[in-house]
Amino acid sequence: MNVRNIVLDKYSAKIYKNRKEHIIEVNEETKLQPIAANSRSIPGIMTNRGCCYAGCKGVVLGPLKDVLVLTHGPIGCGLYSWGTRRNKAKTEDGNNFIEYCFSTDLQESDIVFGGEKKLKQAIKEAVEIFHPKCIMICSTCPVGLIGDDIHAVATETEELYGITCMAYSCEGYKGVSQSGGHHIANNVLMKRVIGTGDAVPTKKFTVNILGEYNIGGDGWETERILKRIGYDVLCVFTGDGSYETLKNSHVANLNLVQCHRSINYIAEMMKTKYGIDWIKINFIGIEAIVQSLRDMAMYFGDKALAERTEEVIADELANIAEEKDYYFSKLKGKTAALYVGGSRSHHYQNLLADFGVRTVLAGHEFAHRDDYEGREVIPTIKEDADSKNIEHLDVEKDEQKYHAYLSEEQLEELKTKIPLEDYKGIIKEMDNGSIVVDDLNHFETEEFVKLLKPDVFFSGIKDKYVLQKAGVVSKQLHSYDYSGPYAGFIGAINFARDVTMGLYTPAWGFVTPPWKNKSTLKASLVGGEK
Amino acid sequence: MLKLTPKEISERSALRVNPCKTCQPVGAIYAALGVHNCMPHSHGSQGCASYHRTFLSRHFKEPAISSTSSFTEGASVFGGGSNIKTGVKNVFEIYNPDIIAVHTTCLSETIGDDLNAYIQDMDLPEGKIVVHTNTPSYVGSHINGFFNMMAGFISYLSKSTGKSNGKTAIFPGFVNPGDVREMKRIASLMKVPFTMFPDQSGVMDAPMTGDYSMYPKGGTTIPEIVGLGDCKKVLALGELTSEEPATVLERKCKVPYTLLPLPIGIDATDKYVMELSELSNEEVPYELEEERGQLVDLMLDAHFYFFNKTVAIFGDPDTVLGLTRLVLEMGMIPKYVLTGTPGEHFVKLANKLFEQFDVEGCTAKAAGDLFELHQWVKNEKVDLLIGTSYGKQIAKAEDIPFIRVGFPILDRYAHSNFSIVGYKGAMRLVENIANTLMERQDRDASDEDFEMVM
Repeated sequence: MNVRNIVLDKYSAKIYKNRKEHIIEVNEETKLQPIAANSRSIPGIMTNRGCCYAGCKGVVLGPLKDVLVLTHGPIGCGLYSWGTRRNKAKTEDGNNFIEYCFSTDLQESDIVFGGEKKLKQAIKEAVEIFHPKCIMICSTCPVGLIGDDIHAVATETEELYGITCMAYSCEGYKGVSQSGGHHIANNVLMKRVIGTGDAVPTKKFTVNILGEYNIGGDGWETERILKRIGYDVLCVFTGDGSYETLKNSHVANLNLVQCHRSINYIAEMMKTKYGIDWIKINFIGIEAIVQSLRDMAMYFGDKALAERTEEVIADELANIAEEKDYYFSKLKGKTAALYVGGSRSHHYQNLLADFGVRTVLAGHEFAHRDDYEGREVIPTIKEDADSKNIEHLDVEKDEQKYHAYLSEEQLEELKTKIPLEDYKGIIKEMDNGSIVVDDLNHFETEEFVKLLKPDVFFSGIKDKYVLQKAGVVSKQLHSYDYSGPYAGFIGAINFARDVTMGLYTPAWGFVTPPWKNKSTLKASLVGGEK
Repeated sequence: MLKLTPKEISERSALRVNPCKTCQPVGAIYAALGVHNCMPHSHGSQGCASYHRTFLSRHFKEPAISSTSSFTEGASVFGGGSNIKTGVKNVFEIYNPDIIAVHTTCLSETIGDDLNAYIQDMDLPEGKIVVHTNTPSYVGSHINGFFNMMAGFISYLSKSTGKSNGKTAIFPGFVNPGDVREMKRIASLMKVPFTMFPDQSGVMDAPMTGDYSMYPKGGTTIPEIVGLGDCKKVLALGELTSEEPATVLERKCKVPYTLLPLPIGIDATDKYVMELSELSNEEVPYELEEERGQLVDLMLDAHFYFFNKTVAIFGDPDTVLGLTRLVLEMGMIPKYVLTGTPGEHFVKLANKLFEQFDVEGCTAKAAGDLFELHQWVKNEKVDLLIGTSYGKQIAKAEDIPFIRVGFPILDRYAHSNFSIVGYKGAMRLVENIANTLMERQDRDASDEDFEMVM
């Protein structure tokens, strides 16, 4: 029996029926089958998933350094999303909103009588003390239930104070995971921020990086490489990002999509509205970066740019060659399991492969079918009650600001060569025999670890210590165990160094006390011969 | 760092900035993790359980389990009855605890889910137990959640048989496993038979063995919680944390309680030790007297590094009061004392300490936040800052020596294994305070003032 079935067989009939659709043992046949994703977790099952608020405020809006993001709700949600995602952000004058947590800290009377009055007062105080040019209001669960009209408050705020204010109805119960929150954030940013600036396209090799949250400085390392080649990075969504740069992101010629799951909506909408093509890139993993840089050069079709790209690639590779060989020798032949949000479990397989590490299991917390099977399945994805509750925003071409870099013919031709408006998903790239799991839970984690015995498990803080206690090296791929960057060429070496540390730390040798291996008690038989 | 924080303090009635508290459910989970073979269960959206488990794991560097009712929009409209029913069934089936401790969230509280009714309706497997408590996130703080969960266990389980079991119940307050261990050690030295409830030692400081166990060896057992009703007395430690469950037990099972401060510092530890001595009718053993003497010795040896130094202390109410008492015993001035947890009783108790030690110009505040504390410090600087990890920004911005004590500490290791209670815990704190202040003196000293012997 295969590993998948051994694990599934431990479930009762009802849970089995649900979970079997979420787990695939990869082979030529299953590669063509659909996987269940973006559907409800079963109550009582210890899922790693978070909520809509976490996806909206925590992931997409949290990194914006010049925006006062105000959590409207009781205190917990605001506190938990304060300073915990490692989105690094630097400002010229040192004024940085991401160092702060703002909340309306709703009390019982607010829940009973409504929280709008307190929200308005909180905004008044925020404006007077902090003078923000932009406020974003994020709802938590009870706000939606008591019916506070945060959108009306936002409109009133704009009239009263002459600043930008927008509201995000990202109550935790919406959708089935963080994913709904990403979508809500994408929609409002598209409606209210992107393209509201008055910049016009002037330069040629201009790009935005979408779905790069600058965790551990990833975005900075990516930008460093792109700038060396000669690209102008106009805007990063949203790591080290700002309201000011987002406003003018519509003048870029190409959108680079790193995290497909959290931001593909904006990529698509910017294509429709402003004519900006998007390409799936990956700056995690040496070969993946090289490929992404070449794809970009091909998109722009400029000889000098292509040459410069090769020069930079050669130089960057030479710089890390020695260390790469060293860490390859330490890591080759190891196996890994990955369980992260919506894209990283895919990206990091490339990086692991650079160092000879094979992936035996990968899964996403909140991915959709297209992240697993590729974007071609999008038309076949059925809407359910939960996904229907997340607004799908339709945008139209902006005649004034529309600027396509390529002609339709050029575009069609290029589509056969580079991943333009395309993402192949994770499953096709995985080895036969490996396991793909959607919404992996605590029980399955324990069971798969016993059966697959990966050398390293990449996951988050909730299961990090579970795995470590079970004797498996575990690294956090959300926070990088407080290290990084892991993106780019330098990041690849940082990553390999950190994994090597995890595998080779001497403490592993002390887990079993010496007295457990041999009997130290001398026994004598009572009544026997001396 | 924190450059947007102005020096001028303006009145705020609605905007909370940089909180010094979190919501009830995380306290409820922490209390439930102190019960053996118990699965905490969050009746709300997935995000709550996810955030709380993350928060606890980051503080303890340990697994922190909790299942969830996984509310969707539908459940939020029609009620979470079917979610909790399915959830409980699945938890027993898959994770097999002896008991599930359900707490509510702002979501399930706002829609008015009736957990009593849901639980009464459940078909539970033989011998399995479900208890619950109400922990609306919009009331109080994680401290309320902690004592509400304790009260929930007591309400459901504790029974009086009419025959005393001769034991003393000790409610440790919201403290680390290292603290619980020290409280237990002292109680054992005093020869007091006791039940510690809850008891996170052996759970949230479980050893590395190479085998993961979802329910480690520690934790108060269910029979022990039942037996709380037959205890002869409760020592409720932490005046603002442990009184509520002690009152519930007194009402239900007529077990009297004595309310004591958390045993932080000399005086509060003396009170704990003497109370235990009275209970067991035993002399205080030399071992404890020796520890006490060592502590006083240390405080005298190094007093000139402490005397009249000003301190700002923030965190959970009982911890802050304990630390305030300790620094006063050391001759320091607790200039600012702040908790995010609401309740004016905190201010009264702090003011009483200021009076007792005859210090002037000290401010205590409940329901405050770190933004305000920072503004106070900007207006009048202090020599030392003591509190949770969230203080590190203020410490950096204002270049103030900083010591991490309390919950949460997200950016350091091993803190929760050691204690701040008892004489030994106080020695650890005094050493830490001395080292931190002296390190600063060294750092700032010019070459000619740089001392080899201090």
